[in-house]
This record gives sequence, structure tokens and C-alpha cells, in this order.
Amino acid sequence: MIRVYVSSVVDASADTVWSRIRDFNGLPQWHPAIADSRIENNEASDRVGCIRHFHTKDGGAIRERLLALSDYDYSCVYEILESPMGVENYVATLKLTPVTDGARCFAEWSAEFDCAEGRERALVEQIGDGVFQAGFGALKRHFARR
Amino acid sequence: MLQHVVRSTVIDAPIERVWAVLRDFNSHDRWHDVVAQSRIEGDERGDQVGCVRSFALKDGNRIREQLLTLSDSEHKSTYCIVEATVPLQRYVATVTLKPVTEGDRTFWHWESTFATPPGQERELSQMVARDVYEAGFANLRRYLERGDDLRGAGGLASAMPASLPLPARRAVVHRYGGPEVLEADDGEAPPPGPGEVRIRQRAIGVNYFDVYLRKGWIPALLPLPGVPGMEAAGTVVDVGSRTNGLLPGDRVAYLGAVPGAYCSVRTVPADWVVRLPPEIDDELAAATLLKGITADALLRDLGHVGAGTRILVHAAAGGVGLLVCAWARHLGATVIGTVSSEEKARLAREYGCEHPIVTREHRFAAAVQAQFDGVDVVVDGIGDAARDENLAALARRGHWISLGQASGGLRPISADALVQKSITFSRPAVFDFVATHAALVERARRVWDALADATLKAPPIERHALAAAADAHARLESRRTMGALVLIA
Repeated sequence: MIRVYVSSVVDASADTVWSRIRDFNGLPQWHPAIADSRIENNEASDRVGCIRHFHTKDGGAIRERLLALSDYDYSCVYEILESPMGVENYVATLKLTPVTDGARCFAEWSAEFDCAEGRERALVEQIGDGVFQAGFGALKRHFARR
Repeated sequence: MLQHVVRSTVIDAPIERVWAVLRDFNSHDRWHDVVAQSRIEGDERGDQVGCVRSFALKDGNRIREQLLTLSDSEHKSTYCIVEATVPLQRYVATVTLKPVTEGDRTFWHWESTFATPPGQERELSQMVARDVYEAGFANLRRYLERGDDLRGAGGLASAMPASLPLPARRAVVHRYGGPEVLEADDGEAPPPGPGEVRIRQRAIGVNYFDVYLRKGWIPALLPLPGVPGMEAAGTVVDVGSRTNGLLPGDRVAYLGAVPGAYCSVRTVPADWVVRLPPEIDDELAAATLLKGITADALLRDLGHVGAGTRILVHAAAGGVGLLVCAWARHLGATVIGTVSSEEKARLAREYGCEHPIVTREHRFAAAVQAQFDGVDVVVDGIGDAARDENLAALARRGHWISLGQASGGLRPISADALVQKSITFSRPAVFDFVATHAALVERARRVWDALADATLKAPPIERHALAAAADAHARLESRRTMGALVLIA
């Protein structure tokens, strides 16, 4: 099992950041690498079990199922059903925690998966930097007080 | 009803270091100000699950607490009050640390549940939240900044051998003059004393200020023989005591008001030094620390640049110029620049200078007045040759920031020259904007964040060997360089 973990601090309250990332169908609105997204079978995007079908800007098609959603913990868990990345048993968690001293929150994004031998490093980099850190970077820019 | 208190913060230190302190159940009398003294009962170790710490608070209260859980994998410890003179009942608390991978920092979460006698809920919850948790955050932060965790039994500092001077290659000025007076030689860097760190430098920032020093314009700052250079980046070799929590092996950059950076190893005050985030490499750090902080200070503090501000940047394709253009553009300003060639105009445009003016004779005022009705801010590194044009180019209540004097010392400006348009004038030295370590850390972080999230596009970097510092100066003065120059040690 390979694990990727990325965390950051965003200069906005957990409530505020959560309202931007909670929508399981909302990646294109906040993540710079995602081109479009829709939910299969007309289900609501906050229904646990729903499947999002989206494209990255470089054209890859990915299907992911929402496994858990918690407005109380500010967290969401999902798994990859299909992707061009070559990962198996991929389960990821995106979670916010309030930082009580100041209007900011601690953001964590992690994933565990299996993959073909020799691909570990490239995948950890692709997922950690290209997906997770890029997403946090976009959130930080969005909420930056400049 | 059970009370629930949660407090959290971010500590600017790697998780291993914060955890090394917090995992010791008996460490709190060293770092938490409310604790007078503490001991572990029955000669047990402070990391023995089940051990009891017995301690006195400075206000006289006494508390016994038992360690229930200790997890090095989760960086978590849970403990409860066994007996206390404060009326906290069924008190169970958990400390959890998590790494902030961006910036190698630590998120610290501290929470507890407890019951209180009726009517005391609010008072006791506040006491726990403020006097214990929030004060604890501040106390531990200070403890780490001072490096107190590194001393004493088992501390890293005490394990370090008494250090010797280290050989250092340098570029030295023996007499003031042209670029050729910069000569390579060998010197040494002394072991770090209290408040100092020794840095193996990989990249050294070259600034126009270094040229003034080399020419002998400020002899008091560079007595002969002297080593110029105000900034560099590299790795900490060793540290003295009280060094803001810096450790050997830390990747760092520094900026200091005393020259001497043109060398391969240097011992400097820890107050000059900031740790580098992983996404900023040594060369980028050396190319942008002084220049980025200069841009930050003059845009935020002096120019008050925002949406709609008309700003004129001289040497717009230079190291400072490109950063100022990019940042000003991001802030919504109208960015006008002067450059000496079409090639530089293209580069400046790429960095957000929408209106480059190509002029080798510093003629720009007429164009600026015709097109923009003057400008609100002039960022001037030219000096005397652009003096009258600057006055003519400024709009009413415009602000002239005199950053440098590449063309020669600025003749005095009469107050009457300013009154005609209510012009203001400032002559900043970047070191006054980073006079405290906290100010340096804050400004450096703004620069790194802006580079990391692409608000600031990294400038092109021209590299020269340290031994060829003379060539670097000759290039800089030739007005042919674009972007930033660094020396590679």
C-alpha cells in the first residue's frame, strides 16, 4: 500500500473553505487541473454513494465514488473506480480542521493505493503535487488576503 | 454536562521537533510558564504509558495526571487528571500533532472534556482554554525559537563537537574600483557563537548595492579589505545557542545589513536567517530574498499600490524590476516600465509590465504624461540621470521611491521642486523593513508564498562562479543582464 499525504494551512475559516470544496461535483470550480464534472444517474452530489465522472484538463477521464461525507468533521472520503493513472484500491480523504488562533484552517488530503512496481514515486509525485498540493495552492490563492 | 474545550495552532517547526518535547510527559515545567515544577512518580520514565506526573502550578495549585495513551505513529498523547486542587472532574485531554507538509510546520490540536461544579463551567473552561492551552502554544513556540529544547541532556547542541573555523572561499575587495578589484582568495568562517549560525552557502545574491560598496561609495560599511554581498542561501552547518530554532541541515537563506556574503561558508546572526520551504531552491532564494522583500516593502508600505495605481518602474527587466512589475500587476496596477532594449521590453511584458518604454537616454516623461496623465508611483533605481524626467513624469501627489543610483549619486532635490505637484519622496533601505526577525520571517514568507503560487513569476537567473564575481559585476554594470544574478559557491 502506498500512502500520499499533503497538508497546508488556508487563510479562511474551516466553514468558509468547506463551503467551497464540499460539493462532490464542484472540482472544476476550485481545482485548477479539472476541466468538467458531472454526477452519474442524476443523483445529488452530496449523496453518499454517488459517482462523479470528470475530466482533467489534459483529457483524462476519472470516475470516483463518494464513500463518506461529514459536515461535522469537514471531511470527505472517496475511491477511484476508473482512471488512466494505473492505481488500484485507491481511497482518498480530504479533511479540514479549524485552527482556533486566527481565521484559518488546517487542510489535509491523503490517499492510499496499490500500483505496479516501479511506478510508486511517479504516482506519489503526480498525486501529491499535481492533485493535492495544486488544489491547496488554488484554495490559498482564492482566499489570500492580498 | 461535560465541558468540551478545543484549541489549535500552527507551530513553525518540523513535527519531529515539536513531538520530541511534547511526548515527554514531564517536559511541561521546562516550557509551560504556568507550571512551577513537575516530577514523574515512582521513578518511572516520562514516556511510560501509565506514569503519573505530579506538579505544582505557579498559583500554588497541585495536580496529578496520568498518561493514558502515547502514540509516536499518530503523534498523540492522552492523559487524565487523577487528583487536583482545582475542581476539574473527569478531565481527559488529548494532544495531537500533524505535519503541515507545505512549509514543514506542525499543526497542534489540544482538546479535553471535563465536568465542573455547578456555576463554574464558564470560568473553568476559559481557564483551561486560555491559561493552559493558548498560553502553552505561545510558551512552546518561544521555547523552540530560543532553541531551549536543543540544550541539556541528550540535546543536539550538546552532542555537537566543539567546532573549529571552517575554510571559506571568498571574493574580496582590496581597493575600491571597477569590477576587476574583486579577487578570489581563501579565508575562514569562525564557529558560531551565541545567537549565530554557520551556513555552507550554495547561491549568493548579487545586488546593485554590492557595486556601490565595491566602488567605495559607502566606505564605513565596507572597510578594506572587505567582502561584499548582503544575502545568500545554503544549508546550516552548525549553530550556537539561542538561534531561533535553527538546526544543522536546515535549508536557509539570509539577508543582513552587514556585507560579507561573497563566500562559500559564513557565520551570521540567526536573526538574519529564515528557513526555506521545499519549493524554493537555493538559487531562487538567493535571487529573490532581498529583491522580493524590496518589492514587497515598496509596493505595500511605500507605494500603497493597488487596483488602478499607475506605477512606473525603471530597469523593468532587472532583478527587482521584474518582481515589482509582476507583483504590481497582480495587485491590479497599471504597470509602465523603462528598459534599454527591445529584448528587455519583451521580457518585462512577459512579467506584467504592460507598457514598456524603450529608452537608453532615460527619456520617458513626455510619453508617460501623454498616455497616462502621469504616474502615481515611480520606482527609481537610476538616480541622477533620470532626476528631472521623474519629476516631470509624476502625477499630482505622486510618490517617488528612490531605490538606487545606478547612473550616479542623486543631486539634492529642493523642497520647491516637490511642492509644485505635492510630490513625496522616499529613500528606503530594505534592512529597515526587516529590522526584527519576526518582520523578516513575515516578509520572506510573503515572497515565498507569492513565488510558490505563481503570483510572482520567478525571474530568469544568470549564474556566475563565486571566483568569477568580477565578471558578474561587469555584466550587471553593462546594463545587458536581464533578471537576477547569483554567484554559485
